[in-house]
Amino acid sequence: MTIAEATENTSLDIEKIRDQFPVLHQKVNGYPLVYLDNAATSQKPRVVLEAIASYYEQENANIHRGIHTLAERATADFEETRRAVQSFIHAREPEEIVFTSGTTAGINLVAQTLGRKLLGAGDEVIISAMEHHSNIVPWQLICEEKGARLRVIPITDEGELRMDEYAGMLSSRTRIVSVAYVSNTLGTVNPVEEIIRLGHEAGARVVIDAAQAVVHIPIDVQALDCDLLAFSAHKMYGPTGVGVLYGKREVLEFMPPYQGGGEMIREVTFACTTYNDLPYKFEAGTPNIGGVVAFKAAIDFIRSQNPPAVAAHEDTLLRKTMEGLGSLAGIRLIGTAPRKVGVVSFVSDRIHHFDFGMMLDARGIAIRTGHHCTEPLMALMGIEGTNRASFAVYNTEAEVDYFLQTVQDIIARKK
Amino acid sequence: MTEPSINDIQDEIIGEFSMLEGDMESTVFYIMELGSRLEPLDERFRVPETLVKGCQSKVWLTSRFQEGRVWFMADSNTEVTKGLISLLVRLWNGRTPRQILGSELYFIDRIGMARVIGSQRSNGFASMIQRMKLYALEYQKQDGVPGPAAGSAGSQDHQKTH
Repeated sequence: MTIAEATENTSLDIEKIRDQFPVLHQKVNGYPLVYLDNAATSQKPRVVLEAIASYYEQENANIHRGIHTLAERATADFEETRRAVQSFIHAREPEEIVFTSGTTAGINLVAQTLGRKLLGAGDEVIISAMEHHSNIVPWQLICEEKGARLRVIPITDEGELRMDEYAGMLSSRTRIVSVAYVSNTLGTVNPVEEIIRLGHEAGARVVIDAAQAVVHIPIDVQALDCDLLAFSAHKMYGPTGVGVLYGKREVLEFMPPYQGGGEMIREVTFACTTYNDLPYKFEAGTPNIGGVVAFKAAIDFIRSQNPPAVAAHEDTLLRKTMEGLGSLAGIRLIGTAPRKVGVVSFVSDRIHHFDFGMMLDARGIAIRTGHHCTEPLMALMGIEGTNRASFAVYNTEAEVDYFLQTVQDIIARKK
Repeated sequence: MTEPSINDIQDEIIGEFSMLEGDMESTVFYIMELGSRLEPLDERFRVPETLVKGCQSKVWLTSRFQEGRVWFMADSNTEVTKGLISLLVRLWNGRTPRQILGSELYFIDRIGMARVIGSQRSNGFASMIQRMKLYALEYQKQDGVPGPAAGSAGSQDHQKTH
């Protein structure tokens, strides 16, 4: 079934979807809220909110090793989410799913374990010029410590990776490649399949930052063949403070433990500690149990929609926004790769993004302004920051029209 | 006619903002308009040394001390921030260090600034206030010790760019 067919067959009832998101139904500064900051965090449907409340109302207990009924219930629900994630991203087994506090925590974990074990002086880690700070700084830290070198895949003016440069960079010194599936600033969908294949051919392990991708693109980690992949629940209608690090079993087993503490051990004596099996080896301390439990409701929510129809709807919003902004004098789009999802970045030649953001907020429109934690990318493009509108399933074409009209009003008023 | 006090000006500002009736859009545009009236900052002061730390936007702030009074000069790369500084400049320009250091800025709460600028910008705004007060404090100390007369001819000696 093509995307077009899917849309025809099952036109999404956006109003019905919006009804499930209580936060959307409010006025901000006297105007109906138009929430276009979904790449920062998405709103939560009622099922997720209810799951959080229900967890604390009915089963709050610490998981694993509890003998009583509530502990048993909480553990069962916690582990059910693990299986839901496994199935959602097509991992081979639930043990390959490690819960973290978010994408940042996941990448730091990988840098401090895989990086620590694999890297030596003169070895190389490859990232790209469009990475979020959370996929730059953890690698800088470990590279500095190990005397390894961080190399950066350059991008084109449109915001696409220079794959020829990437291919040329790979060598026997390449130990790790870590790139974003989708750029949080440009919206570019990177050719991760090829990045992974080429990385493996060079003998490197490949890490994918899927924070921006997971809510827009179906992910099959086995088909991708990535070694590790990290994402956050809160960008996919789930709670904040919950993230997933997927790793192939062999890779997770190869990685030494990260944080020490409860849960991650098998046996502790003052002389020696042995570590727990996967995935607990990487889950020291009490996790965000309520958040993880409620995360399953977010996954169920996504699966209950028609993913191809949702993708088509979000693409319509994105294209409409790009066309609308692109036709305005004094507005320049940042990131014009043909394959994009989720975000549209733009700058005005006369209005600073902070001022733009405030003027939009005054009309009830929430966008993000600034460098989006991609300062090296901003420096490369010679700008300080952008205005960024980003979309979710509950956004409507009418909202895009209102947004475009407001942008025009602001430009006209500031002439 | 006596010179209006800092509090007279604060009351004046509160009066102006009350006419906007809490409308966010009018408030934002009014603040930007105030910024556009701020005297342009000489290019030589747009240097890293005059940048106020702790602001999301770029804010350049310098001052001079002349005949016992402090004069601030400032600029920003964003219009809203420029408007916010212009309010402080309006209150404190031509005041003595003692007046500046002794003033309590009650207008900020009264015009509902926190709602307009949010917590991140509030921190930046606090940094600007702190920087301006530091200038005043330095001038106050200088004024108390023998040195070049604080006349117009000596004003360059008292120019602060850091």
